[in-house]
Amino acid sequence: MNTGAATIADRSNGAAGRPHGENYLNCASGWRSWLFTLDHKRIGVMYLAAILFSFFLGGIFALLVRTELISPGHTIMDADSYNRAFTLHGAIMTFLFIIPGIPAALGNFVLPLLLGAKDVALPRLNLASFHIYAIGAVMAVAAILLGGVDTGWTFYTPYSTTTSGQVVMVTLAVFVLGFSSIFTGINFIVTIHKMRPAGMGWFRMPLMLWALYATAIIQVLATPVLAITVLLLVAERVLGIGVFDPALGGDPVLFQHFFWFYSHPAVYIMILPAMGVISELISTHSRKTIFGYRAIAYSSIAIAVFSFLVWGHHMFVSGQSPLATVIFSALTFSVSIPSAVKVFNWLATMYKGAIKLETPMVYALSFIFLFGIGGLTGLFLATLATDVHLHDSYFVVAHFHYTMMGGVVIAFLAGIFHWWPKMFGRLFSQKWGNIGAVLVFAGFNLTFFSQFVMGSKGMPRRYYSYPPEFEIYHQLSTYGSYLLAVGLFVAAGVLLHSLLAGRRAPANPWGSATLEWQAASPPSHHNFDGPVILTDPYDYSGLVWDAEEQGFVRTAHEEVVR
Amino acid sequence: MDNAAHRLTGLLPAVCFPFLAQLPDTFWMPSQASTTAREVDVVFYLIYWISVVFFALIVGLMTWFVVRYRRRRPHDAAQPAPAHSTSLEITWTAIPVIVSVLLFIVGFKSYMNMVTPPRGAYEIAVTGQKWNWLFTYPNGHISNELHVPVDRPVLLTMTSEDVIHSLWIPAFRVKMDVVPGRYNRTWFEAHTPGTYPLLCTEYCGVGHADMLTTVTVHPSGRFDTWLEAASNLFDTLPPAEAGALLARRLGCVACHSVDGAGGIGPSFVDLYGSTVATRDGKQLLADENYIRRSIVDPMAELVAGYDPVMPTYAGRIKDQEITGIIAYLKSLSRHAGGDAELETAAPAEPGVPTEVR
Repeated sequence: MNTGAATIADRSNGAAGRPHGENYLNCASGWRSWLFTLDHKRIGVMYLAAILFSFFLGGIFALLVRTELISPGHTIMDADSYNRAFTLHGAIMTFLFIIPGIPAALGNFVLPLLLGAKDVALPRLNLASFHIYAIGAVMAVAAILLGGVDTGWTFYTPYSTTTSGQVVMVTLAVFVLGFSSIFTGINFIVTIHKMRPAGMGWFRMPLMLWALYATAIIQVLATPVLAITVLLLVAERVLGIGVFDPALGGDPVLFQHFFWFYSHPAVYIMILPAMGVISELISTHSRKTIFGYRAIAYSSIAIAVFSFLVWGHHMFVSGQSPLATVIFSALTFSVSIPSAVKVFNWLATMYKGAIKLETPMVYALSFIFLFGIGGLTGLFLATLATDVHLHDSYFVVAHFHYTMMGGVVIAFLAGIFHWWPKMFGRLFSQKWGNIGAVLVFAGFNLTFFSQFVMGSKGMPRRYYSYPPEFEIYHQLSTYGSYLLAVGLFVAAGVLLHSLLAGRRAPANPWGSATLEWQAASPPSHHNFDGPVILTDPYDYSGLVWDAEEQGFVRTAHEEVVR
Repeated sequence: MDNAAHRLTGLLPAVCFPFLAQLPDTFWMPSQASTTAREVDVVFYLIYWISVVFFALIVGLMTWFVVRYRRRRPHDAAQPAPAHSTSLEITWTAIPVIVSVLLFIVGFKSYMNMVTPPRGAYEIAVTGQKWNWLFTYPNGHISNELHVPVDRPVLLTMTSEDVIHSLWIPAFRVKMDVVPGRYNRTWFEAHTPGTYPLLCTEYCGVGHADMLTTVTVHPSGRFDTWLEAASNLFDTLPPAEAGALLARRLGCVACHSVDGAGGIGPSFVDLYGSTVATRDGKQLLADENYIRRSIVDPMAELVAGYDPVMPTYAGRIKDQEITGIIAYLKSLSRHAGGDAELETAAPAEPGVPTEVR
């Protein structure tokens, strides 16, 4: 293995070998070069900035909600403002942050690189997706400035058709954002089908690509249903056409079916790419081949398929027929199997690995812990007898946040830290990165574990005030949210500091075997300067540590063998 | 010995007075007060312990691997290990499948009990509205707090006046959405007398968090007493208002209009104090005694121009209720109030028609 002492670090891909250190970030300047770029990397970076801004905005509303709930009754706002705050927290986090989060920001950046390609198949559609996202975001922010909405992010009828506020503006923003999501999905499907390099069969793809592919299928098939649903809602509100309002001859529960037919698959739009990120990270930072590659790949597709069959579990106590309820309960359990399989595969990957607690890995381990709780508490909600009691309580709020924040957001942070050196060519402080991760982990558990307890003890969700026996749980939760916020600010500080004062990143700081690490950090405008050597994405034997480079390099021997 | 004796005496009240055996709330669950609650909690704790075992396994293995297989030097490589194992992978797919099927069946069985009300359940109608609850009992009484008998199945038939609400009684482990334009049903059998929270748990606007009330489980035999006392409107309302409610509840206003329009019977408007022509040609003053007689023996003095169709209310109505209805009719009449002649004209001898002078 080490017979070829010479390395290929000094090939043109290495940072030193590039002409004048030119890369995709500095190859052109001026706002037009960003706003109208067709470069998937720049679009990914713009998406990342916009999405992190949305995360910040949604987080502000989360802190307002938690602060109001630190004591019963009026703390910092009245009931009407509280209802608007939790609605905006939910709507911003869902539609502006977490749905586009991993696919549009990280996915856009890494997908073509993982394929060894120059760009996505449809770069103009990619740019259109970002522009449409920006329009949708502006509409959503305008709706907030014009007074906001108080419907909850789920827009249940007939409340949403009868309340005052900017319901039409917000739902139209959701409609517009849906197209952005569909465009990204179409692009990813076409790119993965048509742009895999010769020799990369479906089962030689990195698992991140399987995850993004499964996600894209859901985006393309489910999002149109949401679009039609919100249009029907607008038609009822503006034109008085009775679809959902019983006073007009409609059926309010029909809205819930339509809404969840999209929005349940949508949670897999969120979690599937997160699982893809974790598959890459666990293998890389353990320096060990992923265990059960095919099982993980198939489980992504299985989750995408099952995700369309379980929406009815949101209506277990809505009055839908007991037969439908029983069938949906059975189908809901099916999703737990592929999710469990993935977790076991990640654990088996770590077995006998060479595990290093680099910041991305700390987040990945945090993901397994939190997603474990999120997944297992799903069993209580899939089981009919217990769901009746727990439905619409804080138990559901906690379960949702353990999967969506403890799962998706933690994986998103893991992915940002993992690909940060590739994106911006800088290394961050591992020590402070890990401190931030631990603070986020501790704050998160304090915030949301207490919500499980108060939920099962009888605390309904979306309550402005509450009986005094729940005060201790609410206080723990609120203090936890402050700690969580501190952790996130530390994480943000670590990344910003790296941009200003971080050490230059080598091409491959973690020793990953996927193709993006063969590009320079940051990559040039065309991604790869030299020929891409196609390797097994999880074979680490050809990568050796180079003390001078402070990164991993592929042995020349390996190149010869290929 | 001492300990056992102590425990026995501790149990004594629970054995002698089962309703005192308030099952205390646990770390996870509120106290159990219905037959469903026991069943649900068994399932809850089954899932709970399965989850604890799986979680301990996952996090335990993860922690062990991180410690045991820590990379000490940057160039350390992983130890050789298989990249997949069919038997292992089938095992860890099969175990979650078995657990899922088990949980589905357990949850399904309890759920079917929860959605199948037994025959002869005591039925209470529930109306949700922004932002309070109305509970209507079989005798027509309406309250804002729910009252139920102990050890008897109670069926709630629920609908909403406006947006979707959801009725949740945590101590009973019962929940069902209250949807406008349709009737949803749920049932429970409370086994422990006491007062428990009842909440709305579907977001319904500014007053959502205020839409909470209580459910009171009455000890054996006390529910009927409560209902009788509570339905006695005269304790809480002025007689005229109570009479108005009774006139609606007893069905009087179906035939006797309260707006002066014609109907099957004479209108209630301006009836009191007026002069009534009977079929047999008498002219009667419609005073208290006339009204009382018309209620308990409607055929005695039939008013000209109307069919003899009114049923007797003798035995179905109490004297106090008749007084209330009379007060209501007075409130509808311009002949009432300040008419000293009328007040004093009534002869002392009851039961004899008063001829108009």
